Amino acid sequence: MTPAEMRADVAAATGGNSGRGSYRRLLRASNTYIGLLPFFVYSAIFLALPTARVAFLAFRDQDDHWTLSNIFESFHGVYLLSFQRSIQLSLVSAITGAIFGFIAAYAITVSKIGFLRRIVQTASGVFANTGGVPLAFMFIATIGTYGLVTKGLKLVGIDLYKGGWTLFTFTGLILVYLYFQIPLMVIVILPAIDGLRLEWREAAATLGASKQQFWRYIAGPILLPPFTGALLLLFANSFAAYATAAALTSGTIPLVPIQIGSLVSGNVIADEANLGYALGLGMILIIGFVMTGYAILQRRTAKWLS
Amino acid sequence: MSKKLRVIAGVAGAVLAASLLAALPAEAASKANSATSAKSVGGLNKLIVLAKAEKELNVIALPPDWANWGEIIPAFEKKYGIKVNSANPDGSSAEEIAAVKALKGQDRQPDVVDVGLPFAVQGAAEGLFAPYKVSTWNDLPKGTKQAGGKWFFDYGGYIAIGYDTLKVSPAPTSLKGLLNAAYKGQVALNGNPTKSGAAFAGVFATALANGGSLNSVGKGLDFWKQMKKIGNFIPVEATPATVQSGQTPITLDWDYLQGKYSKESAGKVNWKVVVPSDAIYGGFYAQAVVKDSPHPAAARLWQEFLYSDEGQNLFLKGGARPIRLPAMQASGTANATYLANLPVLPAGSNPLFANLRQILAAKDVIGKRWGTL
Amino acid sequence: MTLTPKLGPGLGFGLGVVAFYFLMPLVSAFEFSARGAGNVYSLEAYGRIASQYGFKDVILLTTRLVFVTVFLTILIMVPTVTWVHLKAKKLRRLIEFISLLPLVIPPVVLVLGVLATMPNYLKGTPMLLALEYVMLAMPYTFRALDAGLGAIDVRTLVDAARGLGSPWHTVFMRIIAPNIRSAIFGSIFLTVALVLGEYTMASLMLWETFPTWIATVGQSEATLAVALSIFSLAFAWVLLLALSAVERRQKGRK
Repeated sequence: MTPAEMRADVAAATGGNSGRGSYRRLLRASNTYIGLLPFFVYSAIFLALPTARVAFLAFRDQDDHWTLSNIFESFHGVYLLSFQRSIQLSLVSAITGAIFGFIAAYAITVSKIGFLRRIVQTASGVFANTGGVPLAFMFIATIGTYGLVTKGLKLVGIDLYKGGWTLFTFTGLILVYLYFQIPLMVIVILPAIDGLRLEWREAAATLGASKQQFWRYIAGPILLPPFTGALLLLFANSFAAYATAAALTSGTIPLVPIQIGSLVSGNVIADEANLGYALGLGMILIIGFVMTGYAILQRRTAKWLS
Repeated sequence: MSKKLRVIAGVAGAVLAASLLAALPAEAASKANSATSAKSVGGLNKLIVLAKAEKELNVIALPPDWANWGEIIPAFEKKYGIKVNSANPDGSSAEEIAAVKALKGQDRQPDVVDVGLPFAVQGAAEGLFAPYKVSTWNDLPKGTKQAGGKWFFDYGGYIAIGYDTLKVSPAPTSLKGLLNAAYKGQVALNGNPTKSGAAFAGVFATALANGGSLNSVGKGLDFWKQMKKIGNFIPVEATPATVQSGQTPITLDWDYLQGKYSKESAGKVNWKVVVPSDAIYGGFYAQAVVKDSPHPAAARLWQEFLYSDEGQNLFLKGGARPIRLPAMQASGTANATYLANLPVLPAGSNPLFANLRQILAAKDVIGKRWGTL
Repeated sequence: MTLTPKLGPGLGFGLGVVAFYFLMPLVSAFEFSARGAGNVYSLEAYGRIASQYGFKDVILLTTRLVFVTVFLTILIMVPTVTWVHLKAKKLRRLIEFISLLPLVIPPVVLVLGVLATMPNYLKGTPMLLALEYVMLAMPYTFRALDAGLGAIDVRTLVDAARGLGSPWHTVFMRIIAPNIRSAIFGSIFLTVALVLGEYTMASLMLWETFPTWIATVGQSEATLAVALSIFSLAFAWVLLLALSAVERRQKGRK
């Protein structure tokens, strides 16, 4: 607790009613912002500053002159395709991850089994951060051409790879992404489900509400905002995921983070790092669009729910 | 709870403060800084004295299991009593260049780099490297070094096919032969050719086998497109784990990495290495001394060591082909045992090496087409 | 509609499928890590982990990073998110957007920006990693805390406590923290797991943390590499379980 925040609180006690005069307005504005100062300062130093540097480089060419060609190129050809694929992958994996994660989180809350909850919550923290070569290997060893499950299924007469499906396709990637998406959903949605007291459900039932009515009028309105918020987080999470897809598909499915990796930290392309930064800028822009859409959606649903 | 929290806060704060204080500025450079050869500091013995006084050497992106770095580094440490700090051993050429730039003026800055040709050229153009010519400079063929000594090739190899005889039949001998339907779901590259040097070389090699040339890598992409279509190509990045667990029964990789796989996977898979009969593509890595680095004498001594008979034979021991190999074979100083362990080249074969212009052109083509195979 | 919802057979089956999905890849990887030459099974690779060169230093540095990251995260994020809920609802969307950015900017890009902008004395210490990990953890910590605070009536609680004359730190320690305990612990879980698993930044800043060390050590030997990655998951999990036990104790004390 900073002294500033304490002062702000004292001021806030009088800040509720409409203030006339620029001094009071200023005071009220500063009341709103002052508690957020540590957050803003911290983010400015450790996030905004480095990002601004990278964004600046996106507009420079190799000889350090101003240029728009990086930006232009980042929305053409294979890079445009990469943005499309990345968005598709993120949408599908976010929606499936959110649904399964929600069901899992709801199930363990409802079950009221304490140890199950603890195990799932802690394991989710671990799984949500898996990725890269180790995760890719785990899945190859499971359902790769010679994976354990692939071999096991063959023994009972099922050939996973007969129909042309492989782990290294779009759907294969989704399957792997869910490995960290579902646990992430569980972790972020559990507190919200906790907020939905089970007693309410009992109360609703006592008052004669049906299951549908309970979800439509009580659980839905409470859970929908955190649910869509979590959806957004999952979208961004998959949008930026890099190492797993790189190890599994070697870039045969073009994704933006993979292209960036080749451009800024590879062994082949030496002088196009600034194009990579432009792609990074493009990713931020897209999340900006998605955020805006999400804000509008939340406002709409708030109306619909009330 | 609040008392406990205060203790935790105190400890965390102290840890943070102590760590911040521990970061001291780098020391002033010694006179080896501007030496362009051992002679210019008064001979190799003088260089050794200067290097020993520096006590340490910073290297970067040297994987222990790659071209025998795991043996070369301790050999250097032991011989000269200099501690080698090996940072980010898994790093890429781009990351080496980035570290050299970002850590400029710090005692953690890399003293030497080992990078692919385009990065050596880029680093030299950006003024990151100091010119240095090792004592054995004249043994390095023309075209394998920058005339001024800003960079110079150290070791290389050829793209070879590795396969597990327990899963793969018939035994592959050529790149074109990998299109055989018997290899369904079996063939992997060492990663993404727009990022991994070995995979890039793998695509180049198949271009040569598929009717292309060093000037037209497109045929290589046609080849992999076909491989993908018939289901032979599994786009997973081949690693020691995928090889040893039998998930990637056929891989294209540098011969010096394939040799290592066969040693390590003994008893699990039966790994054989063959240099393809229809195309041999070779590639080299380059050393460079970083300009104004924290340990200038040790950096130069490192180069003298790498390009001595001892250093070059250590590359050879790791299955890589050191740059002075032809000269050493002529003078009889190449280790015969290590030489005999190298994969045999098919009779009448002609290894090809791409030059910078060809590499840059190929990079553009692969970058545009790989994602849309 | 049942009065007290229970774990029905449907949900039970679902959890079974989920458990299979999450455990099978671990089992497969474990199977490989335990398979020695001649397909003889042993746990020999696991026995060698602690004796690998540099193990102690790495654990020490990583523990310090975990400690500092978690501390800073809680110090900054709990007051911030509480403030958003109390006084700055309008700014919530903005804060949420900012907190999402570290997730979206690829770490490899962000770290190059960090290296280009941070002063030398920060680049000379591994604690710069902790300072950045606070940012990297923000997407998770913000969301977890936001959900937790959204589920309680912060304003009423705070107003009541303040009305009774409690100072702010008491409000945080005795009112806010206990009520969003699961949210705080959830965000700690994710932060700890993040520090134990973050590879890109650590390797590009040339520090040897647990994940980069694993990559290095595991390189020379595939079985050991896989054993190490399973070990690191287990290690993180045990650590989180211990944390969760602490949470339970706190709860019991209340």
